Amino acid sequence: MAFGWLPGAAGDIAHGAGTTILLIAVTTLAGTLLSILGAAGRRSGPAPLRHAIGWYVEVMRNTPFLVQLFFIFFGLPSLGIRLDPILAAMLAMTLNMAAYTIEIVGAGLDAVPHGQTEAALALGLRPRQVFIKIVLPQALKVIYPALTSQIVIMMLESAVVSQIAVRELTYEADMLQARTFRSFETYFVVTLVYLALSLALRRLLVSGGRRALGAGVS
Amino acid sequence: MIEFTLWDIVRNLLLATRWTVLLSLAAFVGGAVVGMAVLFFRISKNKWSRRLASGYIALFQGTPLLMQLFLMFFGLPMLGLRIEPWTAAVLGLTFFASAYLAEIWRSGVDALPLGQWDAGASLGLHYLQELRLIILPQAFSITRAPTVGFLVQLIKSTALTSIIGFEELVRTSNAINNATFEPFKVYGLVALIFFLMCFPLTQYARRLEKRAATR
Repeated sequence: MAFGWLPGAAGDIAHGAGTTILLIAVTTLAGTLLSILGAAGRRSGPAPLRHAIGWYVEVMRNTPFLVQLFFIFFGLPSLGIRLDPILAAMLAMTLNMAAYTIEIVGAGLDAVPHGQTEAALALGLRPRQVFIKIVLPQALKVIYPALTSQIVIMMLESAVVSQIAVRELTYEADMLQARTFRSFETYFVVTLVYLALSLALRRLLVSGGRRALGAGVS
Repeated sequence: MIEFTLWDIVRNLLLATRWTVLLSLAAFVGGAVVGMAVLFFRISKNKWSRRLASGYIALFQGTPLLMQLFLMFFGLPMLGLRIEPWTAAVLGLTFFASAYLAEIWRSGVDALPLGQWDAGASLGLHYLQELRLIILPQAFSITRAPTVGFLVQLIKSTALTSIIGFEELVRTSNAINNATFEPFKVYGLVALIFFLMCFPLTQYARRLEKRAATR
């Protein structure tokens, strides 16, 4: 074991970690938004939309993320859609996460008692206001712990996007070990960085959730 | 250039699927064996054993599987072991699975009323007999749905072993794609094959869940 290369590599590792954080930040926002729309559409949309969302969830949950990523990055250009590696990664991560969080958000929406909707309608709120102001905040509070876990899982899974040359943490590790010939040490250090990231991300989400929703995970 | 018909592509993918299936089974069985050992530590009466097992589980659940595979692939040769992609893949996925399975089964043990332990003790059973005859059968039975659910996750995770050079479905599809330049078709077929393996298991897990909820 030798770690003499580490001081010179700190900048690359930090840069890679920054890209990983950017990826998961974009995915969290876009994925949560998409899953709220998806869950609402699956509950109260027209029948064809409900079926389409149902199949979307099944297909994404029963195929590997790596294959979805390759399909989007290598497959879509043959339909004339050519994406930057980082955009393809964000798209694949968002679509993948949404498939899991649509189910989670849906369970949260089901957990809000129907009386809440009726009370809000009786007070004269429009249906859209009822959903956004009354039902959704309560649902998010219930599902917040599950949502947090899913975000952390997605962050760990983002290591795979190094395979389409997105310069995130794993990609930097691949480059470093090719330069230093210290493969084990490099991946060991980067694994610790991932561990620290996942602990920090969880803590951030818990404290953020407490503040915004009054919800948290233990 | 060699011409690939659709049947050529499908046949090669199906041949590679054997390795995906074999790897999934090996990792699931290996993970169950190691996971049992982790479970024993996790529910032991000794505080330090419990902490050790919690740390083990947190480590595998808090780092990317891809990193675990790399560490296995590059780390074992440093201990003087000659290692092939197949060995690194099986060992990596085995340890990964053991952490998740131990945690799933632990939740089953925790869900049982404490009276089950007391009843066992009052019948004169000692600790291991209580586990074997009373606690574990019930814990396995109520966690059957998440266990099957994890098997689906494990099958999907085998795709990552293509990156350390194991010739399974995804690695074969990369090679075919490089020869045919038909990524849409090739990766679409790969997704379909994974779906056909995972979807029945997902449905089975869902049925188990429903049955458990009505009982």
